[in-house]
Amino acid sequence: MTITRILAVSAALLVSAPALAAEGEQHHPEQHDWTFAGPFGTFDRDQLQRGFQVYQEVCAACHGLDMMSFRNLGEEGGPFYDPEYPNPNDNEVVRWIAEQYVITDGPDDLGEMFERPGIPADSFPNPYPNPQAARASNGGALPPDLSLIVNARHDGANYVRSLLLGYGHEAPEGVTVRPGQYYNPYFPGGLLAMGPQLTEGRVSYTTPEGGEEVEATPEQMAEDVVAFLAWATDPHATERKRTGLIVLIYMLILCGLTWFAYRQVWSNQEH
Amino acid sequence: MSGPSTYEPKTGFTRWLDSRLPIVRLGWDSFVDFPTPRNLNYWWTFGGVLAIFLMIQIVTGIVLAMHYVPHVDHAFESVQRIRRDVPFGWLLQSLHANGASFFFIAVYIHMFRGLYYGSYKAPRELLWILGVVIYLLMMATGFLGYTLPWGQMSFWGATVITNLFGAIPVVGEALREWLWGGFSVGGATLNRFFSLHYLLPFVIAGVVGLHIWALHVPGNGNPTGIEVKTKKDTLPFHPYYTVKDGFAILVFLTVFLAFAFFMPNVLGHADNFIPADSLVTPSHIVPEWYYLPFYAILRAITFDIGPIDARLGGVLAMFGSIGILFVLPWLDTSPIRSMRYRPIARWFFLIFVAACLALGWCGAKNPDDIIIAMGTDAEGHATGFTVLTFAQILTAYYFAYFLVILPVLGFTERPKPRPASIEASVLGDNAAQPAQ
Repeated sequence: MTITRILAVSAALLVSAPALAAEGEQHHPEQHDWTFAGPFGTFDRDQLQRGFQVYQEVCAACHGLDMMSFRNLGEEGGPFYDPEYPNPNDNEVVRWIAEQYVITDGPDDLGEMFERPGIPADSFPNPYPNPQAARASNGGALPPDLSLIVNARHDGANYVRSLLLGYGHEAPEGVTVRPGQYYNPYFPGGLLAMGPQLTEGRVSYTTPEGGEEVEATPEQMAEDVVAFLAWATDPHATERKRTGLIVLIYMLILCGLTWFAYRQVWSNQEH
Repeated sequence: MSGPSTYEPKTGFTRWLDSRLPIVRLGWDSFVDFPTPRNLNYWWTFGGVLAIFLMIQIVTGIVLAMHYVPHVDHAFESVQRIRRDVPFGWLLQSLHANGASFFFIAVYIHMFRGLYYGSYKAPRELLWILGVVIYLLMMATGFLGYTLPWGQMSFWGATVITNLFGAIPVVGEALREWLWGGFSVGGATLNRFFSLHYLLPFVIAGVVGLHIWALHVPGNGNPTGIEVKTKKDTLPFHPYYTVKDGFAILVFLTVFLAFAFFMPNVLGHADNFIPADSLVTPSHIVPEWYYLPFYAILRAITFDIGPIDARLGGVLAMFGSIGILFVLPWLDTSPIRSMRYRPIARWFFLIFVAACLALGWCGAKNPDDIIIAMGTDAEGHATGFTVLTFAQILTAYYFAYFLVILPVLGFTERPKPRPASIEASVLGDNAAQPAQ
């Protein structure tokens, strides 16, 4: 009886699911084919570099990356990892990137704060001194920190990509878009304070030596920056999957051997 | 059943030790020579699985505590530091968080095993009650631990659950402030939750000791529910059950590790990657999956029952749903242990398992969600069979199973013929013993 009830319930859910996505409702994120998806997926280093460039030139104006330090960029699996520099603090590219930032340090011996160029051990400076300043500059909205954004949203990678490319829809009836607001059906509630950012030519990609030329279309920029943010959310993902594969193979062999030991031990016993 | 000890110290040192502290004898009698029914199936291997998981949680937890900072301003970031900067911290954190989930999967299987095979019946009532105590301690430990990362679900989950205590008449408000250490979930709450989260696993380990002691006096039950009669019914624990439990533990660990390495966040909630914010309530507060059936029972009571208002009623129903397990040995009136030989009870049991799973599903949904749409009301809102109604039916069944079905079936059900002994059942000799 209960089983039929559960079946009826599941069937009803399947039928009603498309109805939920009607006009005015939040759209489900568009599914995208990511290089880092699945148990064997890895990050494309060139893509991470392009994604970092998009973050730096576009997102970083409003969004922090609080959990990340410059040195992370040069760690194994990161966009600027170089096997020549096992210690990312020595990595020349990372040092150069860090030097472009002005870091407030101190107090010095006289009790004064001072400014200096960044070093790889510094964390990414937040674009605003405090959340109040961030809200004041963004019409009351607080731009979320991006270091965990891909984990902090359901189906995060697809969600962020869909959101970045999801502008240009007509707001449905009953939804009033006030000045300083934008309509985006992928955003909960549909209205957000961030306008469309990834416009054609917003970033000019440099072609790495021997690399393929990549055109900075909105779709390409969105994909690249999401890949970078997915890496930033979980910088050990590649190491985790690689270790996991070895661990699982080991466990399966051990299970098999124990199974044979079990058969052997019990072979003379009825049970 | 333990019988006289068969341990014989062989060296001078073990003889010396045995006459002063017979600890090797205890280990030998409990885990080597311990006579165990020869017909235990794989449902009996989860006790061993649980012991391993308690150890995994304690070991990973102690190392995590070396890096974790129990402070509202630093807790969230310190967990990220563990995941990002501590060598193999990403692994420790994933093992601990997913370990909690798999600990609960194992304990639920272990408990359903006990319910199906009547493991709570005399002479094992205390063994069962100690198990329920362990389960309650696990629930508390899991809840306290989920607060520590200080994400949005940590904070709001802690707020919802501690607010439940406010529903208790007279002392509720005072009790709630005492739990919080203030007037809301805050810094003092986080500190004490961390302290208690570190303490309780060791309390669990102590009660597990009692649980195993209480197991080793009457000995294991078994799928037939017939007590051990002769030596032919049993096998020594080692090597027979060390290798069988060992195999099951390894298979379970493999599934667990597949989650820990490849799906570390699947069993968690995205909102817990957002730092706790007392000014922003998540649109949908849900507890960890292993509390969902009880959360559904809590929310199913939406009506006043006499002088008890709906809020207190929900809290009482939720705690009652676990509390009822303490008296289960006296609610089930059937003299037959195993539901193998209870043709009607086993169907009610299977429905009970399905009801618990369905309650979990209801707990994850919004109570007002409509499962089967049936037209619209006067104002044009959709109406129909809601999650709430479904949860109410399931809650009624949950309590009816213990309070009506099991007590009555003991008198009305006609059991199937049972084998004469464990040995007879193993040899397929169903020389039927007359049904009682």
